[in-house]
Parts: sequence; structure tokens; C-alpha cells
Amino acid sequence: MKMRIFVPRDAAAISVGADEVAAAIEQTAAKRDVPIKIIRNGSRGLMWLEPMIEVATLKGRVAYGPVTPADVPSLFEAMVSTNGSHPLRLGLTEEIPWLKRQTRLTFARCGIIDPRSTEDYRAHDGYKGLERALTLTSDAILADVTASGLRGRGGAGFPTGIKWKTVAQTSADHKYIVCNADEGDSGTFADRMIMEGDPFVVIEGMTIAGVTVGATKGYIYIRSEYPHAVEAMNAAIAAGRRAGYLGQRICGSQHNFDLEVRVGAGAYVCGEETSLLESLEGRRGLVRAKPPLPAHKGLFGKPTVINNVLSFAAIPFILAGGAKTYADFGMGRSRGTMPIQLAGNIKQGGLFETAFGITLGELVDEIGGGTFTGRPVRAVQVGGPLGAYFPRALFDTPFDYEAFAARDGLIGHAGIVVFDDTVDMLKQARFAMEFCAIESCGKCTPCRIGSTRGVETIDKIRAGERVEQNLAVIEDLCNTMKFGSLCALGGFTPYPVSSALKHFREDFSPAPKSLQAAE
Amino acid sequence: MSVYEPWDAGRGAEIIAEHSHLEGATLVILHALQEAFGYVPEPAIPMVAEALNLSRAEVHGVFTFYHDFRHKPAGKHVLKLCRAEACQAAGGDALAARAEARLGVAIGNTTPDERVTLEPIYCLGLCATAPSAMLDGRLVGRLDEARIDALIAEAQR
Repeated sequence: MKMRIFVPRDAAAISVGADEVAAAIEQTAAKRDVPIKIIRNGSRGLMWLEPMIEVATLKGRVAYGPVTPADVPSLFEAMVSTNGSHPLRLGLTEEIPWLKRQTRLTFARCGIIDPRSTEDYRAHDGYKGLERALTLTSDAILADVTASGLRGRGGAGFPTGIKWKTVAQTSADHKYIVCNADEGDSGTFADRMIMEGDPFVVIEGMTIAGVTVGATKGYIYIRSEYPHAVEAMNAAIAAGRRAGYLGQRICGSQHNFDLEVRVGAGAYVCGEETSLLESLEGRRGLVRAKPPLPAHKGLFGKPTVINNVLSFAAIPFILAGGAKTYADFGMGRSRGTMPIQLAGNIKQGGLFETAFGITLGELVDEIGGGTFTGRPVRAVQVGGPLGAYFPRALFDTPFDYEAFAARDGLIGHAGIVVFDDTVDMLKQARFAMEFCAIESCGKCTPCRIGSTRGVETIDKIRAGERVEQNLAVIEDLCNTMKFGSLCALGGFTPYPVSSALKHFREDFSPAPKSLQAAE
Repeated sequence: MSVYEPWDAGRGAEIIAEHSHLEGATLVILHALQEAFGYVPEPAIPMVAEALNLSRAEVHGVFTFYHDFRHKPAGKHVLKLCRAEACQAAGGDALAARAEARLGVAIGNTTPDERVTLEPIYCLGLCATAPSAMLDGRLVGRLDEARIDALIAEAQR
């Protein structure tokens, strides 16, 4: 029997040499005349160990990492021997504590299956949700989605069941399902990982949405910065069509549903749902005023379900009879699990899916292991470029939509970026304004002008020009942007700025104290 | 390094015709043109407008709204450095400054010999293996001084 070796095809693994490692394994196996099969799986999410390769054994899969091509000959020796001892050996993958501690519902298959194979997906409980959904009425599916307590994973946290119900109840000749895969927030990569590692779960979730609301066409809008995800989704869609899961009369039912990938063009604002719809229609990504809601008038003016990748990816588990199990996880009004992404200056970064309720401190210190520079953690930004900076004093905040909101923050798409004590928080606040200025769609004044004024004013503070007065201007500007902007770009840019000001006031002076201390 | 065709109106028309039946085809067509020619040549804009029954201004508006589309060819190699928060936290700013110094151009520019275009990119989704970069479509994570120097040397060859 051929030895089965798993080498991730995930973009992060590739960026640190997974392709070269795969090639080295092929060569070594050929030289030694050992029959092997390399499976390019997704990442397990233990990013500090990438490229992390696995070999299938009778006891289960055994992991090694981080592997370089130079390690391959000795590693191969270990893999073919009985005890497999090697300095890079991590043991049985399933027993690695970082992985074992997680509750993987959405990412249950990511890193395990071959992301190009519908058979492998099915062999790991794939398509059970769709098969069950096809036996249910639209109302019964909606009841499951509602009972799961699932809220939009893109950041806004709007109840998915209500969104779908609105579209289901709106009559129209055409309806659309749109997947927002414009994951532009720095510190987030869960959408990319699931599209590359388990694309069928996204397809299945979108198909269930189509069946529920009566839509026959879906679009996945993926940012151009994710070429590997685009390739993975296109390959999966083609495989899904071949296997009868997409196209006419899916799974032999009365329903038709097909998907198309569309690629963005480098505009952050297109992650905002109405801007994304404009972009899909072939226009500039200008934000639309709401109402009308996309559920009533969305893509091409038709009722549209638009959800984040992770929202769709959570659906198959819920429809496969897991609605109650899903809802049993979590705290307060945040039900289920959240794929949290640990990033930036962090020792053990990656994807950690767990029930809501875990504290920020547990995530950063225990699971993340602090910074990779070994310096103290000074600030973490949660929720992307529009998320607040939290100091250590707020590390007891539980991961929950409402708990973060109560402390003037947001969980957004659940990315956590860790900074050590060399960070200059004035610079970070300036960047937030600068980024907003670069990416503003220009439709509303508070965002378009406010962000540019913000950069200028912060520069004045750094230059020591009337510091107190200019700080007052920043606070005023933040209020104007927060309450006067049309969408979350202008509306939430004040979060990083105000939180930096509130928690790290000492940096808002001509010469930041923290930098002096660090030098 | 990518090899592009020189602009040819006939070829441009072919590319446009290939995609113009799609719903909301403008971005798809602009991407396809750029993939073929390395940029979106000015004469293509009115052709896209005509094919999609849009005004020239509308297509120009779309073309200029998105950061990806180029109005002239880039250098022989394109080095994109991630400038977003996760990479900043991991020391990306210093590496960006190093790249600017080595190449002698500020981010957003092409070297005078037209070999390297240095561009910012806001997040490649490699935030747990930061800082990261993309050289001609190839991803590189866990950048440090040695790795960025090697990338620059490769781009300058």
C-alpha cells in the first residue's frame, strides 16, 4: 500500500515553503523507490508549525513541522521506520493540545480532507446537511437556522435566520445568493483557509441557502489578493458540477443551483455588502444607502441573501441535525463557535475555533503564547482595521459580540492582531485614518474628508503643534465619522483611533514614552 | 515574471466579446484585458463601453476606482509588500523601508530601469506567518532581512 503523506496547499503553508517540501518528498520517495501518495490538504491552522506535514499510520495521522526541504531526507527515514522518531515529530495530530482544545464545527474537515475531492468530502459527513435540507420545507430549514442562533460571521452579527426568512418571503422572478469572500481585514484569514481547505462546505452552505429561499444562482466574490482561494473554489465548483451537486436538478431533486466565482480588484470597501453588490454588478464599489435592504433589493435589484464565507460554512453542520448542538455552545446571544484568528506578533498564531465566551487573555497568553519577539504584549487589535485596540487591562473581556461592544470594541471577523511593547499607538491611530482615506469609496463626506483631516491632525500632534486642542479635534472628528458615515468604513474607523487615545494616551505626544522605554 | 502580449485592438475586441455576455461584466473584462496585456490600454476603455452599452465615463470610473487596474505596464517584476496591521506588528515597516532603500524607490513606484515595481498590498491573509510579500504572484511569508534581500535580488535579476 502506498504511504499517504499530507502536505498543505494552503497559501500560508505555501508562503513558507510547502510546495518545495512536497517536491522534496516526491524526489526522496522516487530515489528510495518507496510508493507514496501526496495529498495536498488544507491547513490545520497551526500556522507557526507550517509547513506541517502528516503521514497516515495505523494509529492515525502523525504530524511533523515546521518542515524545510532540507529536513525531508531524515524525515522520510523517520516516516518509513516503525517508531517515527524525529526532532520535528509532533505526535498524533489529533492529540496536539492546541488542536485538541478546540471545538471544530465549521473547520471540522479543514486540513483533513483533500479539498478537490467530493468523495473525500462525503466520506467526512459532507453533503449530509444538503441531503436533509432537500427533504424539508423552506420553513423547516429556516426554523433550524434560527434555532442554531447563528449570527452573521462577517462582523455585523445579524441573525442569519431572519435574513434568510426575509428573502424567502419576498417574491421575485429571480433571487440571488452572494457569498462575501472579500476578507480584507488584516489579521483575518479564516475565509481564505476554509475556501482553500474545505471549499465544499461553503458550496453546500450556499446551496442550502438557494434551496431555502428559492434562488438558482449564486456568486462568490473573492478578493484578488487570494489567488489560491480563487483557484480552490473554481476547482471545487467544477467537481461539484461533475458530481451533480451543482447545476440542474441537484442531487436528483427539483432544485437547480449553480455558482460562479467573481474576483475583486483591490478595494477594501467592497467587503461592505452593498459596495460588494455594486462591484458584482460591474460598477465602482460605492456604498448604497439602506433601506432598501439587500434582502429586498440586492444584486441587480433582486432579493439577495448575502452572507460571509463563515456564515455559509456553518450551515451544513446545522442542517445535518446539529442546530441544537450548535446553539448549546456559546454565551449570551452569541451562540455556537467562532473561528478565531491569532495573528501579528504572536508565538503560536493560527486558526482557533472555539465556543464564544473564551477571554481575550486566554486567547493571547495561553493559546497564542504571547509574542514571538518575546517582549510583553502591549496592545491587541480585535476585528481588523476597524476594530478597537485593547490593552492588557481589558484581557478579561469574553469573546462575545455584546461584551466587546460594551467595552467600545467589536469582534468583527474575529481576527486578533498582537503588538509588543515597541508599538507606537499614535502611529497605529494615524494608520487607521490613513487606511480609511485610501480605501474610502468617497460617497459620504465624514469618511472621505474626515479620514484625511484625521491624518493631518494626528501629524500635527506628533509635531507637537497645539497638542491638547488637536486631540479635541480628533475626538470631535471621530464622533462625526462614527455617527455621520454611510457604512462601517467611516463609521468604525473611530474605533481604533478612539481606543488608542483612550487606553494609550501617553503615546499621543511629540515623543512617545513607550518608544523611549523600548530603546 | 509574466509575459504579456503587446496591445492589439483586434485581440482586445476578442477578449471583450468573450466575456460581455456575463451579468455585470465590467470587472471581469478589465481583469481579462490586464491579464493579457499587463495593463488596461486606454483605447480599450471605449471598446468596453460600447460592448456593454455603457458610457465611456462609467467604464473609466470603474477602471480608476479599483487599485488593481494599471493604466501603463508595470516593471518586469512586481514586488508587493503587505503594509497592513498584522505585518506592521511583526516588523513589516522596517522591512518595507529596507526594500525602498535597496531599490532606491518609494513604495508605489517602479525602478528607473523598469525592472521592479514596488507596491503596497493591504493583507494577503498570511497574518500568522507575517510579515509577507508577493513577488509576481508568488507568496512569501515569515519575511526577515535575509529573505527580503533575496527577494529583491531575485526581482533585480
